[in-house]
Amino acid sequence: MTIILNGERFELDSPLSVTALLAKLDIDPRRVAVEHNLNIIKRQTYPDVLIGEGDTVEIVNFVGGG
Amino acid sequence: MADSPFVIAGRTFKSRLIVGTGKYPSHAVMAQAHAASGAEMVTVAVRRVNISDRSKESLLDYIDDKIFILPNTAGCYTADDAIRTARLGREAGLSNWVKLEVIGDERTLFPDNEALIEATRVLVKEGFIVLPYTNDDPIACRKLEDVGASAVMPLGAPIGSGLGIQNANNIRIIREFSKVPVIVDAGVGTASDAALAMELGADGVLMNTAIAGAEKPVAMAEAMKHAVIAGRLAYLSGRIARKMYATASSPLEGVVGT
Repeated sequence: MTIILNGERFELDSPLSVTALLAKLDIDPRRVAVEHNLNIIKRQTYPDVLIGEGDTVEIVNFVGGG
Repeated sequence: MADSPFVIAGRTFKSRLIVGTGKYPSHAVMAQAHAASGAEMVTVAVRRVNISDRSKESLLDYIDDKIFILPNTAGCYTADDAIRTARLGREAGLSNWVKLEVIGDERTLFPDNEALIEATRVLVKEGFIVLPYTNDDPIACRKLEDVGASAVMPLGAPIGSGLGIQNANNIRIIREFSKVPVIVDAGVGTASDAALAMELGADGVLMNTAIAGAEKPVAMAEAMKHAVIAGRLAYLSGRIARKMYATASSPLEGVVGT
């Protein structure tokens, strides 16, 4: 199935939770914020929110800036 | 000499210098520069994680635990984008503080004050502590304060330009009119610019490029630390008036040969 992840098409085998997606991408969940279909997902609910076909996901973190 | 504390939204800072985390030659140099500057608050940007390249070191590993992190909304050109970015920044981190930027033009990076004021209003209602990056317009600063900004941050000159304080009198007027802290943010080039901002009455100075882009960032960070302290002390000391002509410092009487 295809989702849009950080602006790019991304292939997944099947729907999965935010927790599972972050683990798959080797991203530390404590240092990011996640938006799912324009909704910001609270960290406590990462295990419960399911990402499915056609969903849009944004995963952001802090980088250097002024 | 006793100085009133530097307080923003109820939080006290001992240092009146705030620095950025962008454009350093390396994270390690950035960490050393932060230490040399004495800054207790630094800004960070909110950006997409690079999914394909996971090798980059984490910025947060190089920011001292005791330093307060202020996410910005750099790169946002609409109120909606800035609000969205601010919310993401709050979720990623560590506080509900935000350096709010809504940019109006790509070349100058001047703020879109109309959108900025609207975004400030919305975010304040959501419980954010908003520090808006604005320009040296006392009326815009007043409007930002009216909608609940916890400080106002007028630019000295365009971001990264190093031109210093372009409109000193306006900065002085903004300080006179404002009840919230005034932090000169953007355009500082060298130590004297930071000192001048403080001499005009600014409560603090925020800079990134002036330090990160210097040949010796760590030394420049130290220079800026001293400049902000010196400027503040000079401001509190009541400078002499400016005169158009000379007034001798040595006595006029008793000169040999007269």
